[in-house]
Amino acid sequence: MSDIGHVLVLAGGLSYEREVSIRSGRRVAEALRSAGVDVEIRDTDATLVPAVLSDPPDVAFVTLHGGAGEDGAIRSVLELLGVPYVGATPDACRVAYDKPTAKAVVRSWGLNTPDSVALPKETFHDLGAAAVLGRIVDRLGLPLFVKPSRGGSALGASIVRTAEELPAAMVGCFAYGDTTLIEKYVEGVEVSVSVVDLGDGPVALPPVEIVADGGVYDYAARYTAGRTEFFAPARLTQEATEACAAMAVAAHAALGLRDLSRTDIIVDETGRPYFLEVNVAPGMTETSLLPMAVEAGGRDLGALCTSLLEVAVRRG
Amino acid sequence: MTKELDHGRTNAAQGSRIDAYVDRYAARAAGMVASEIRALFAVASRPEVVSLAGGMPYVTALPLDLVGELVADLVATRGSVALQYGSGQGDLALREQICEVMRMEGIEAGPDDVVVTVGSQQALDLITRIFIDPGDVVLAEGPSYVGALGTFSAYQAKVVHIAMDDHGLIPESLEETISAVQAAGERIKFLYTIPTFQNPAGVTLNEVRRRQVLEICRRAGVLVVEDNPYGLLGFDREPLRAMRADDPEGVVYLGSFSKTLAPGFRVGWALAPHAVRQKLVLAMESAVLSHSSFTQLAVGQYLATQPWREQIKSFRELYRERRDAMLAALDVLMPPGCTWTRPGGGFFVWATLPEGLDSKAMLPRAVAERVAFVPGTGFYTDGDGKRHMRLSYCYPEPDRIREGVRRLAGVVEQELQLRDTFGTGSMPGHVGVDTPGPDLA
Repeated sequence: MSDIGHVLVLAGGLSYEREVSIRSGRRVAEALRSAGVDVEIRDTDATLVPAVLSDPPDVAFVTLHGGAGEDGAIRSVLELLGVPYVGATPDACRVAYDKPTAKAVVRSWGLNTPDSVALPKETFHDLGAAAVLGRIVDRLGLPLFVKPSRGGSALGASIVRTAEELPAAMVGCFAYGDTTLIEKYVEGVEVSVSVVDLGDGPVALPPVEIVADGGVYDYAARYTAGRTEFFAPARLTQEATEACAAMAVAAHAALGLRDLSRTDIIVDETGRPYFLEVNVAPGMTETSLLPMAVEAGGRDLGALCTSLLEVAVRRG
Repeated sequence: MTKELDHGRTNAAQGSRIDAYVDRYAARAAGMVASEIRALFAVASRPEVVSLAGGMPYVTALPLDLVGELVADLVATRGSVALQYGSGQGDLALREQICEVMRMEGIEAGPDDVVVTVGSQQALDLITRIFIDPGDVVLAEGPSYVGALGTFSAYQAKVVHIAMDDHGLIPESLEETISAVQAAGERIKFLYTIPTFQNPAGVTLNEVRRRQVLEICRRAGVLVVEDNPYGLLGFDREPLRAMRADDPEGVVYLGSFSKTLAPGFRVGWALAPHAVRQKLVLAMESAVLSHSSFTQLAVGQYLATQPWREQIKSFRELYRERRDAMLAALDVLMPPGCTWTRPGGGFFVWATLPEGLDSKAMLPRAVAERVAFVPGTGFYTDGDGKRHMRLSYCYPEPDRIREGVRRLAGVVEQELQLRDTFGTGSMPGHVGVDTPGPDLA
């Protein structure tokens, strides 16, 4: 057995990504067990706090996606309980999880990100949707990418190619959140760069290129094996690969993240990368990008997770 | 050697699709994909959420200690039979008992024409397997039971929906549809109908229409598959006469103990004309060799030793109370413009939303407000059903039902505001299955 002690993997929760989180949690737990780690997997419900108080784990691995898992809430609770955990602090999570805020921060660090506007649904209600949407199309042009300001797995996200498609996209977006992020859509190669920091500074893993059938990397494309073709490492030139790696590491640093993160990037036709968003609790399922990057980097997921837990334990 | 392409990209090795068999699946597997709507039901399984989505019977109401004793006794006294292979047609004694159960709905039949199946779902699968070639037409009510639609789709049948109203399937619509399909040169293999306390609509085909439907199908040479899982769960009257009772040669009848006893036994059956029954038995053997002897004998023992008719009455009382709670809450709480059916039995209410709303777009918000339902689109194969949702009252207790409807009403109000803001309540389409798995409460 490993000497990390008793590891608590948190998975499930009440966010829309509960199912994905449960799969991520099981995958991480399995990888850790195969590395000889003593693992317990738990949902975040009313039994969590009493259970942790009566039998405190030595360290926690958060595989909760969306909501409390990524907005810092669960990490705050872990701090209250005195349990070290893998990943970013609550403060950093709050900033990173809110996509418009994260974009503003990375842009202030000089990173390139598509022009966008973020608006709560009340604005459309109070000022009139047609007028506001018309102005957005005028300013940002078409196509656009519409997504909730928080959340993941492409839930509520859609590409808008004509102004007529915009109202339905807004309804789909507001189904999953109360604020929308409307971004200029950049055509290009979709890549995802995972960053890990095992105590020697953040390092980018090989970028993973995503080619979804039909061109849209939606929920079905993400979680149905076979619906998307992945290239790890991405089919990028050395220069573009390095630019993506630098962008992911810079975003990790700019947002004050720790241990691991995953940055989603679009590389346009000139080879220029655009920051789209960052994930503080990246998916760990069989079709998720971080495990692919780990493998492409010649590492073992269980060994990597164990190293991340060791870092967290040392940090205390 | 790599070649430089656009996007600062090189032409490198082949990618991975995670699935080594991606090019080898049968065409019928094409629709089997992950669905964001289905993923939402994972949240609905948490106790914080009032689930009006699933169709799980309330088995807690059973005398579980007695069932436990009965099962223990079965293993102790008849274990060598209960734990052995059985016949493809099913245990004879149970088939005789099934005939007694069907007599409550006016059916006179012998055990030779009964095939015991793994729930009535397997009977549906076997019937579809022996009748359907890809492209054949199955007629089904619109909306219809999602499990049946899934089976038809797995065998690549083309489903054509027949309109319904508060009295069930509309005979004129059936007649017109049969003519139109036949005029188009397509082959109709059977009509699939749930005439009593329909899933999901909650409505019941009245007696006059039952005769009309049978007559129309007889004239057109269309077999009727009568699925009747809820027939004994009427709240206000004695069980209706089954369609099969009036047309033994024109109807395959599907029955189940899932709602009158417990779905965990997975015991259902098909009653079919002799020639069809023969093929069903062979199809059954090729599918699973034989049903579980253990659960068949357990159900047989239960029927032989327990007051099962009384148990069904107590289920009726329980579900009636829940139906009443749901209808009363809907009456008081739902915003104007919403309508719903008033089921006389069974598990489900079918609700219609105001013009322009999309129940699928509404579900994520509902889950955030801790209430779940099934969007109507899951009950159609043609994309219809957006304005509808299925609300089930079988599992939550009355107080929870009222709370669930209160939350749901608030969600509908929010959707109305969104519709008014954007001039549409619909979201962009998505792929995948829109209904929960069978284990959701």
